[in-house]
Formats: sequence, structure tokens, C-alpha cells
Amino acid sequence: MDNNHVVLETKNLNVFYGNFLAIKDVNFQVFRNQITAIIGPSGCGKSTLLRSFNRMNELVPSARSEGKILFNGEDIYDPTIDPVEVRRKIGMVFQKPNPFPKSIYENIAWGLKINGFRGSKSEMDDLVEQALRGAALWDEVKDKLDQSGLSLSGGQQQRLCIARAIAIKPEVILMDEPASALDPIATLKIEDLMRELKENYTIVIVTHNMQEAARVSDYTAMMMLTGEGERSGTVIEFDRTNIIFTRPKDKRTEDYITGRFG
Amino acid sequence: MSTLTALRDVTFERNLSLRKLKGKLFEIIAFFAILLGIAMLLTLLIDVFLDGLPWISTKLITEFPSRFPDKAGLRSALQGSVWLMVLTAVMAIPIGVGAGIYLEEFAPQNRITRFIEINVANLAGVPSIIYGLLGLGLFVRQLGLGRTLIAGAMTMALLVLPIIIVTTREAIRAVPQSIRQAALALGATDWEVSRDHVLVYSAPAIMTGIILAMSRAIGETAPLITIGALTYIAFDPKGPFDIFTVLPIQIFNWVSLPNPDFHGLAAAGIIILLAVLLSMNALAIWLRNRLQIRW
Amino acid sequence: MPRETLIRQINQIRDEILILGSMVEQATLSAIQALKNRDTHLAREIFEADQNINEKRFAIENAIITLMATQQPMARDLREMTAMLEVNTELERMGDYAKGIAKVVTRLGEGDVIIPIQEIEKMAEIAVSMLHRALGAFVSENHVQALAIPKEDDQVDELFNQAYRKIIEAMIANPNLIDHTNLMLWVIHNLERLADRVTNICERTVFSATGELFEIDGMDEDDANV
Repeated sequence: MDNNHVVLETKNLNVFYGNFLAIKDVNFQVFRNQITAIIGPSGCGKSTLLRSFNRMNELVPSARSEGKILFNGEDIYDPTIDPVEVRRKIGMVFQKPNPFPKSIYENIAWGLKINGFRGSKSEMDDLVEQALRGAALWDEVKDKLDQSGLSLSGGQQQRLCIARAIAIKPEVILMDEPASALDPIATLKIEDLMRELKENYTIVIVTHNMQEAARVSDYTAMMMLTGEGERSGTVIEFDRTNIIFTRPKDKRTEDYITGRFG
Repeated sequence: MSTLTALRDVTFERNLSLRKLKGKLFEIIAFFAILLGIAMLLTLLIDVFLDGLPWISTKLITEFPSRFPDKAGLRSALQGSVWLMVLTAVMAIPIGVGAGIYLEEFAPQNRITRFIEINVANLAGVPSIIYGLLGLGLFVRQLGLGRTLIAGAMTMALLVLPIIIVTTREAIRAVPQSIRQAALALGATDWEVSRDHVLVYSAPAIMTGIILAMSRAIGETAPLITIGALTYIAFDPKGPFDIFTVLPIQIFNWVSLPNPDFHGLAAAGIIILLAVLLSMNALAIWLRNRLQIRW
Repeated sequence: MPRETLIRQINQIRDEILILGSMVEQATLSAIQALKNRDTHLAREIFEADQNINEKRFAIENAIITLMATQQPMARDLREMTAMLEVNTELERMGDYAKGIAKVVTRLGEGDVIIPIQEIEKMAEIAVSMLHRALGAFVSENHVQALAIPKEDDQVDELFNQAYRKIIEAMIANPNLIDHTNLMLWVIHNLERLADRVTNICERTVFSATGELFEIDGMDEDDANV
């Protein structure tokens, strides 16, 4: 579609839960330093697709996938690849803010420690500050780094989770409806933050909120249930966001984004 | 209360006063239920205290049991109880907590796991005397440990193991899945997630469960009688392979003697046992309230 | 089907646009009538009609903005509503052309002048017919029909050229009437522009229906003629 560098690419991706084909034949690309939104009605497999990108899907015991997901050209589902390694490179922010019930400082520092940080205390302090600044949270928390992450407001907690994710410097950040549990102001802050983050990271966001997808994303993938009995989700249209929201090509996309779906 | 004009409605038989009366009635019944419970407990406590308070003295702790009520004490029973609790804890905690963690965090979701889970849950409901019989057959006779502290502690460990496993699992399950996912998404291994998060956050609840299990262990009598713990021990237990007695057995013994003075001693023993149990439970409650994380 | 409120309100606005369109058609035809009959009374009525057109235009604009703010239209809905804004503005301008012609009528008063009334009437007839059908195509989102209408602008241009020559000849023949005859250039210019603006409505119809944004050919041919 463009000459942009492709960071993630799915090739004929099928994901099963047991015998149930949850998403089928998904082919699309995620471009570097762009925000890609995945939209679609409930239960169409948006989160499943997102969680395939960092192999979080495997936590569901019956989950299984076919096809490929290329991360910088390398298949992350190759048997020789350790999912732990994938997740270190492809971070994730969840729907509900889920900071650890530890101090704000520890929330950031833990990811660095387990990933083998061997520096001094002051180096660690710097990295924690960097991450918190990167998530536009530093000014609000710099005087209370030893307080529990749970003491923050919902919006701050979510930015703490973003700080925690960027602290280990991943290439891609997956966001699963990151603002759906937040009030409108906190939502807009997260959206602003996403636009800043895309300077250094590649972001994939799943959202129910079409306006949010329209506001923040550069590319949009529209998912819809198709196939036998309309039970398996797939990407029916993928294009630049401004095209998807003004003149989509697929009638189903049009019906969905104009609210005439179902 | 007069009905709002807007709510006067011919089609509904609202009968609000009758409905409220029913609610009030239920409240009164429930109140008497709790009153009855408290009254019984109070009666029991008052009775025990009236009988036992005159016998409370330092002698009770410093003296060995004796045929003469004024010389008799709980020294060996107290030490036996402490020994038993420590030995039980040493054996039951690592095994129980470990099993709980394994079942909750690592075990594959299959039939064998489910079979084990169901059995553990059922074991918690097995009458304690059955454990006594098992201890007698296995530890005392088969392993030839005799009627020693270690045999008793192993029996007790078996008894409290299901409790510890079940409470550990519940404590671990109370740690939200989202926390595990957050940690895994940072590139953590399963072990790192368990060590730095799941165990840390569930520790207060696990501790609470352990304390409650231990208070069960020092209150139990039947299995120890079954394996043949003695009632008359006139020396300090020196180690796990000594014969022993414990508080409830000593109390039981005194109660069964004809001399009413021993009944007073038994009541005093009950007061001490109660004090130990209640303070352990209080500690458990304190732990739960102060340290437990509210998600 | 969900979004019934949005659909109902869009339909209402479509109706309002049709009403505004018919007001403009009426004003244009009346202006030509007034010119033909040298009826300054009728011309003044057109001034008032233009007031109504302006008011209606703002009312429609408000309704569209409110609907956008409250319903967050997307894709086809978004395109249609922006197109409605555009069409609304075009109609108001057309109303101004009619008013311009009415102004010419009052300026002429009883004065002598040569009017190429045949060409002017024909131009008005074609332009109003184009407008009428263009609005029909717009509200029914019929982009095929919308694409065909601008071709008829050629006839208007042809009539414009004929009328233009007649007016110039009249000026040469009667230099003393040049002040009044010159006003006829306004009249034919206004009618020619009105027909051009119909093309804009057709372009918006195509955009609204298909999402394609382009100029329909023939639009700028008048540059060469003026």
C-alpha cells in the first residue's frame, strides 16, 4: 500500500479456540511509527487478533493458530521463537488499567529488572523517569514515586501502564481498548499521548469507539464476522483511516461506521 | 405515610404496609438467631471463667501434671502443643503452599488435575479421627516412629494440608488475571510472575489460611488420642522423637478425673487454649485487613 | 435499522433543501417575468423572497451543524451532510442572482431599453430545469443523473453568446441607450452563472453518492466567453 516499513504482517492467519475458528484468513500489515486501529463489532475477533501479535493468545489453553505473523520479517510463531522474547519486543496495554500493587517506581522498574537490567540505582532512576516522562505522567507523580500504583486515578493508572510498557523499549505497543474504562478527558490525554508515542513506537489499537479510531489512527483495519454462519472474524477492509471514515470501499464497512450495522 | 397521589393506581395491589411488615418480621427473626448464638457462647465462656479463673496461676505454666491438683500444671502439654505446631508448620506449609501454587499456576488443565483438585477439596471434609487412624497405621506402626511428636506432627500436617492447599489456591485465585497478563506482557517468565507478583500479593491471605490451619492443629484432639499421645508426661520434650502430650489432651484428661478440683484446672486449661486460639485468629484477621490488597 | 433519528433528520433536511430550491426557481422565473413585463412591483417582491431564501439557508445550515455535532456522521452520511452544506450555499447564491435581475428591473424603471427577451427566457427555462433536476438527483443520491445534467449547460452558454451579440449590436446601434442596455449583460451573466452553479450541485451529488471528488467537464468553458 505504501513504501512504509512493515513492522508486523499477518499471512493467512487463522486462530482457533478448540475447534472454533475465531479469526480466519487475516492478511494485513502494520507500518512503522504509525497507529493502526482495529475496529469492528463485538465478538468479531479484534482482541484475538491483537493478542496474536504478542502471543498472549496462548494463555488460553485451547488456543491454536495457523499461518504466519511476521515481525520485521521473522515469523513469531516459529517453534524456535520463545514467546517471552516476543513479548519483550511487542508490549501491551490492557483495557482496564492493571498496575501492579507496588510502588509507582517499582511498577516501572520491575520490567527492567526481569529483562536483565544490571545498572546502578541512579541509572535505574533515570530510566524510570524517562518512562514516566514518555507517558506524560512524570510531573504528576514525581513527588510520590513510592506510593502504590493503585493510588492513582484511572487515567493516571493507564498512563502508568503505558510507562511500564515503554520502559523496556519495545518496538510495538499493542493497546486493547486502552481508554474504554476512562472518562472523556482521560481518554483524550491517552489519545494525545499515543500521537506522541508514535514518534518512537509502532502502535496497534483495538477500539470499540469509532470516533477514537478516527481521531488517533493512521490506518484502520475493519473486522467483521464472515464465513459459515458468520462466526469467524476477518479483516474485510484495510486502508488509510481518512479513507475508511469518509469513503470506505466495502459496503459492510460503510454500514458499520455509519451505524447502520445489524 | 400517605401514598403519593401519582402512585395511587387501580391496577396494582401494592400493599406496601404488609410488605414492609414482612421485612420487619424477618429482621426480628434474624436478630433472635444471632442473639441465641451469642447468648450460648457467653454462657459457655462465663461458666468456664467462673470455674477456671481461681486456678489460673503461673504454676499452671511451670508445673508438670500431677496427681495433686494444687501441684498440677500444663508445662509439658504447652510445650507439646508448641512443638507439635512448629513441626506441623514446617512440614505442612511448604508442601501445602507448594501444592496450591502448582495446582493454580502451573498444572495443565486436564482430568488428572481436576481429579486431584476434587480429592484435595474432599480431604478437607474428612473427619479428623480418620487422619488419626492413618497416622497410627502409617507413621506410628509402619514407619516405626512410635507415639512421638514427629508422628503426631505428620498426622496433623496431613490433617491441615488440605486446608492450606485450598486457602492457598483461593488466595492465588484472588490475584486478578490481569496482573499476570501485565507481567507476562512485559516479557516475564511464568516463574517470575509467580515469584514477584502472585505470591507476593497473595501472601497475606495465604498467611491467614496458615494461621487458621495451625489453630486447627493445636485445637485438635481426636487424631492425637488415636495415635496414642500420652496424657501424663512429667518431663520437657527434648526433640521430635520424644513422646508428648498436648493441651486439649491434658484438658480432656483432667475433665475425666473424679476430683472436682481437676475440673477447675481443666477450665483454666481451656481458658489458656482459648486465649491462644483467639489471639491466633485475631492475628489472622489483622493480617487480612491490614495487608490484603484491595483490587 | 439503527440510527433512525439520524436518518429521519437527514430526510428532513433534504426536504428543506428541496423547498429552498423551489424558492430559488420561483424567484428566478419571477425575475424574468418582471423583466419581460417591466413590472417593478413584482421585482420588489423578489427582494422580499430573497430575504426568505437567506433565512432558510441559515436555518438549514444550523440544522446540518447541529446534526453533525450530535450524531457524528461517518462516511456516506458525513459526505451527504457536507454536500448539503455546499448545495445550501449554492442555492443562496442563485437566489442572489435572481435578486440581481430584479434589481436590474427596478433600475430600468420605465426607461427605454432593448431586451433580448427570447434568449433570456430560454436561458432561464433551461437553467431552472437543470436546477430542478439536479436537486432531484441530489436528494435521491442519483449520481448517474447528476453526471448528465451539466452537459445541458452548453445550451445555456450558446444562448448566452447569442444574447451577448444582440446586446452589443444594440449598444452600437443605440449608443444613447447604452447605460440601460448594459444592464442586460448583467441579466444574461447572472443566468449563465446560475446554470454553472447547477454543475457544482451535480458534483456534490456525485461525491455524496460515491465519495469521488472531481470537477465535471464543461464547468469552466464560460471563461472563454466572458
